[in-house]
Amino acid sequence: MQTPGMLDAGWALLVRDIKLGYRRIGELANPLVFFLVVATLFPLATSPERELLMEIGPGIVWVAALLSSVLALDTLYRSDMDDGTMEQMALSPQPLAWLLLVKTVAHWLVSGLPLVILAPLVAQAFFLPAEAGPTMVASLALGTPTLSLIGSIGAALTAGLRRGGALVAMLVLPLSMPILIFGARATDLAMDGLDVTGPLNLLAAIMFLALSLGPIAAAAAIRVSLD
Amino acid sequence: MWTWFHKLSSPPHFYRLSGTMIPWFGWLAAALIIPSLYAGLALAPADYQQGDGFRIIYVHVPSAMLSLFVYMFMATAAAIGMIWRMKLAHAVAVACAPIGASFTFLALATGSIWGKPMWGTWWAWDARLTAELILLFLYLGYMGLRAAIDDTNRADRASAILALVGVVNVPIVHYSVTWWNSLHQASTLLKKGGPSIPPDMAIPLYGMILGFLCFFGAVSLTRVKREVLVREQNSKWVKDMVTSK
Repeated sequence: MQTPGMLDAGWALLVRDIKLGYRRIGELANPLVFFLVVATLFPLATSPERELLMEIGPGIVWVAALLSSVLALDTLYRSDMDDGTMEQMALSPQPLAWLLLVKTVAHWLVSGLPLVILAPLVAQAFFLPAEAGPTMVASLALGTPTLSLIGSIGAALTAGLRRGGALVAMLVLPLSMPILIFGARATDLAMDGLDVTGPLNLLAAIMFLALSLGPIAAAAAIRVSLD
Repeated sequence: MWTWFHKLSSPPHFYRLSGTMIPWFGWLAAALIIPSLYAGLALAPADYQQGDGFRIIYVHVPSAMLSLFVYMFMATAAAIGMIWRMKLAHAVAVACAPIGASFTFLALATGSIWGKPMWGTWWAWDARLTAELILLFLYLGYMGLRAAIDDTNRADRASAILALVGVVNVPIVHYSVTWWNSLHQASTLLKKGGPSIPPDMAIPLYGMILGFLCFFGAVSLTRVKREVLVREQNSKWVKDMVTSK
């Protein structure tokens, strides 16, 4: 039997994961609803004043995005671990790192991308000026894939554990802080009408670093979890 | 050339070797720390701005340096354990984590005590402080992951991956927070054109740093020794050693 090439296998896996994602639409919607709920909590906990919300808005959008991406990690590898699919992937002739990268991309398409699309709505609720909108979307579009890639390492490390939830957050959040800093700073700078290429370039650089090294670490971690 | 390496990786040999090395490191640490502490706290002149308050530097700077050094040491041991499948290296990495976390905590605590009279605040969201805090979280995450996995062999490899991912990330975290905000003074010891601190203040500081290193050597070897004993509890040499006494 002829084995499919890397691209064919990757494409098949991508389509499968997206289909699976949309068949469990409730599970998929949870992190998004969580994102909106967390963002709603801040005006209630602080004050609904326009100036204050404008000031803390970019930070809140980023913290909410970070938390909801950690929450979404639980669905990344767990079901494949439980039903044995992951073992078949590890045994397949395709490199495991490549398959995990495809899975992470699919995961981002169903959980990260809707968040990027939803963000301008939250920005509006926090009275962010319209000119900062495109920068915020751009920074989220560059930052959330990195969050998914770092998160995939954390999810892979805890995939074999029965209760990984809080542990994943403890592993992933400290490593995600640079993205939070640069992402919120880009939006801040845009609100003041300043140049935002610096932080956006850095976000892109970190994304490519995570894109190149993250799947290798995740594959090593999955092999440990499968033992 | 590799024989010493293989010999070192054999648990009974390491157990005996560390047993002889621990007193050396311990006494050397005491011989360095006690005079340096005396010189630093009593003999060195008071700072013209901070008065006697600056003397906490003799604990703060060595523990901050060690907090980073131990992380790199731990990650190197983890990498050796991953690459050459050397169980002893994993034992070293495991033993280092709580020590590193303690140094990190000590650096944060002394910094906070120092910050109150000098900056007027216990804590500031400054780059170096935040980076050190994140380092503490990394140590805690490492120990948390180990504690969550029951099987030693799996825990070894999983935590080694985490330590290595942390190494890639530490410089990024460091620079991101540096560009984000900075209040902490720059390094006085390691900079171009020599240290900007007079010798009678600097020499006790160097003594303290070396003393802390030796202390780390003694404590980590003690912990590795114990770790080896726990891991090898079913082996023949441990049984022989216990029954022969």
